[in-house]
Amino acid sequence: MTLIPPENLERFTQAPASLDLYRITKKFGDFTAADEISLTVPPGTVHALLGENGAGKSTLVKCVMGFHPATSGEIMVGGHVREIQHPSDARKYGIGMVYQHFTLVPSMTVTENLVLSRPDVPAAVNWKRETARLEEFMATEAPFKVPLHKRASELAAGEKQKTEILKQLYLKSRILILDEPTSVLTPAEATEVLALLRQMTVAGRLSIIIITHKFREVFSFADDVTVLRRGKLAGQGKVKDLDRDSLAAMMMGGTSSAKPVPSAPRATTSTSSRRTALRVKQLSVLGDNGLTAVKDVSFELAEGEVLGIAGVAGNGQRELMEVLGGQRPAATGSLEAHGQPYHGTRRDILAHQFHTLPEEPLRNACAPMLSMAENIALRTFDQPPQARWKWLLNFRAIRKSALPLIEAYSIKTRGPDTPIRDLSGGNVQRAILARELSTLPLKILVVSEPCFGLDFAATDFVHQKITEARDRGVAVLVVSSDLDELLKITDRLLVMSGGQITYETPTATADLAVIGTHMAGHG
Amino acid sequence: MDSFWLVTMAILAGAVRGGTPFLFVSLGECLTEKSGKINLGQEGSLLAGAMTAYAVSYHSGSPWYGVLAAMGVGMLLGLLFAWLSQLPRTNDIAVGIALMLFGSGIAFFFGKPYIQPSAPLLPGIPLGAWSDSTQIQAALRICPLFFLGLLTAYFLAWFLRSTRWGLQIRAAGDQPSAARALGISLKAVRTWAAMAGSGLAAVGGSYLSLYYPGAWTEAISGGQGLMAVALVIFARWDPKMCLVASLLFGGAQSVGPALQAAGIQTGYYLWNASPYVLTLIVMVITCSTKKSLAGAPGALATGE
Ligand SMILES: Nc1ncnc2c1ncn2[C@@H]1O[C@H](COP(=O)(O)OP(=O)(O)OP(=O)(O)O)[C@@H](O)[C@H]1O
Ligand SMILES: [Mg+2]
Repeated sequence: MTLIPPENLERFTQAPASLDLYRITKKFGDFTAADEISLTVPPGTVHALLGENGAGKSTLVKCVMGFHPATSGEIMVGGHVREIQHPSDARKYGIGMVYQHFTLVPSMTVTENLVLSRPDVPAAVNWKRETARLEEFMATEAPFKVPLHKRASELAAGEKQKTEILKQLYLKSRILILDEPTSVLTPAEATEVLALLRQMTVAGRLSIIIITHKFREVFSFADDVTVLRRGKLAGQGKVKDLDRDSLAAMMMGGTSSAKPVPSAPRATTSTSSRRTALRVKQLSVLGDNGLTAVKDVSFELAEGEVLGIAGVAGNGQRELMEVLGGQRPAATGSLEAHGQPYHGTRRDILAHQFHTLPEEPLRNACAPMLSMAENIALRTFDQPPQARWKWLLNFRAIRKSALPLIEAYSIKTRGPDTPIRDLSGGNVQRAILARELSTLPLKILVVSEPCFGLDFAATDFVHQKITEARDRGVAVLVVSSDLDELLKITDRLLVMSGGQITYETPTATADLAVIGTHMAGHG
Repeated sequence: MDSFWLVTMAILAGAVRGGTPFLFVSLGECLTEKSGKINLGQEGSLLAGAMTAYAVSYHSGSPWYGVLAAMGVGMLLGLLFAWLSQLPRTNDIAVGIALMLFGSGIAFFFGKPYIQPSAPLLPGIPLGAWSDSTQIQAALRICPLFFLGLLTAYFLAWFLRSTRWGLQIRAAGDQPSAARALGISLKAVRTWAAMAGSGLAAVGGSYLSLYYPGAWTEAISGGQGLMAVALVIFARWDPKMCLVASLLFGGAQSVGPALQAAGIQTGYYLWNASPYVLTLIVMVITCSTKKSLAGAPGALATGE
């Protein structure tokens, strides 16, 4: 890890102002997403914002950013009440935000992205001068380096996140709001980025509000913590006065529903005695750029087994997933389900009850403008009772069949008619899981990053559902960049690196260090 | 040998002569698509522009007023497209097709009285005056609008790369959520881009009626406005490549007449189909399910 040279810290001559939120309320229609929330961020501190999915964390900080103005309440910067109606107001007071989703323009270079983010983009940009200025900024002020000439689409997730943070520093934001900044990073990247930010707050140059689901980050990184539950303040305090249990209790409001997953009955029946559900044979796949993204991958998945594929995102997992989901043709190699060739057509999917759940469900597995009930019905809408004669849709039945699933998967929404894109990140994931897991005759399930952006209760819930499915005899393949998750729920682990399977081990005897070196491509 | 040169010369001249309307329409479409909208209504703007230019030139006596008026009408149609296509629950393609029909409809309706009379046309710059061959003189007589298009191509390339508005247009087209987070108004950006784009297409139309072929008829466009959309894909949303592609398409269009002029009759109608064949080939080559197009604006016609 690189330390920031002290002279670079001196460059940040302006110390951050204090930030106070006083009884902020935000309503969407008659639904209250944030209810009289107050909190204080003294200069040079890190304030963690915690809460289950849909608790109102993003809603609250978007009020501070002027993305949508608060319905009532006051925001004070440096002790003065400030009207923040628009993101440019927030910028004026030195407040900047790194959003839950990347806000870089993929086809533009880092330089172009940084220049574009300035409030005063010159009418005609002199690229030579801008490049020189940015190089100067990188050499002196920037706590970490990113390649200026690369397009944002060519950057790895970690580099993108660093660019987002650099963008805020370049804009001279002294109060940073980070919305789940580490969910797109590998653990090592997350630690690096957070440590560098921490260093800048300790030096009194930056204040931070960080939204996170990870307790580890709260304890190693934050000074204060605020917990929200269903839009209300559920607890607040100094991190040093709290422990895991008290924090978890605050989040769940005493009625903690987070039960540990019953440990899997591993190695009780040997996998070899079970039927093979899915066989991947010497599969090679081309990526978007026409280069080989998956190289000669072979593996077998047995019924009643959870197989994990570990690896840093971007090593061919997405392309592999797309082939399994029938969204991308294989270059060479073949797939077999239950011993028969599998081509991913709707008929094959039905015959083998083969379901996939891709990453980023809002983009890859939803119709964002349709209501939540309609999205949940996407697999069944052409069957009775949701459709008559296979074409006349019965919207009442569609709504009705969504209700028990909303209940069972505790999806927080204003109702089944809300467009799914208005749901919070975690609740979209829940809705899609409800759709995929509730189909009963499920036989093969392939999921990618199933707990991305979920709070810990939801994570446990998903893990439990996956384990239950396995115990019913479903063959499950989990692709995830979260190693802890894989160690917890899988029976067998593969490591994918550079498009190839480089390592295989039973999870029970897995050695973290060995897996780590293979993930890093040094196997 | 002589006829080979004649044909080559005629095709090159035809590339410039027939490529100019493609150039304007494709530059306009390129600008519009960079902002994230596909405007199939360019065909309508082209026709409305052609009719307006001819009518205004006829009444005012100056073809240049005709060009300006065409641009104005084109921008109005662009405004209409921008407004309609950004209403909730509409779709670029449907609105584009509607405007294509609307634009050609008003052109045919108001254009009826102008089919017969002859209006003052745009002058050609006689760059071939040094030669005493009439063929070379004819080939090197070039419309000032072509040079304007040439300048526009380079200007647009610079504009998109190095100006505040250019960057905002690219951001809006590639990642609307990012643009919104930067406080860019998608609506304003896309409206301006669609207006300017449609205005350029209409200037292309004025070239048709005021220079080549140089009369107002209802069959004047032959679908060039639609082909220009394919051409933008071929050009990978790069204004300078639009120039190359336009010349290529213009050249393809003149293969048939050039061969005929040289006395080669075989396959005349077949050669005339070459721009359409080229469009199909471009579509087949560039549309692959395996690869996403490099340079394509990320949010093109996604309704976002
Ligand atoms: N634009 C909107 N219109 C209507 N309802 C909204 C809108 N944005 C958010 N909501 C609702 O407000 C509630 C809080 O959402 P918010 O995005 O703040 O949750 P969150 O705490 O950030 O959750 P997560 O951890 O899943 O990201 C949710 O129930 C969501 O459906
Ligand atoms: Mg959120």
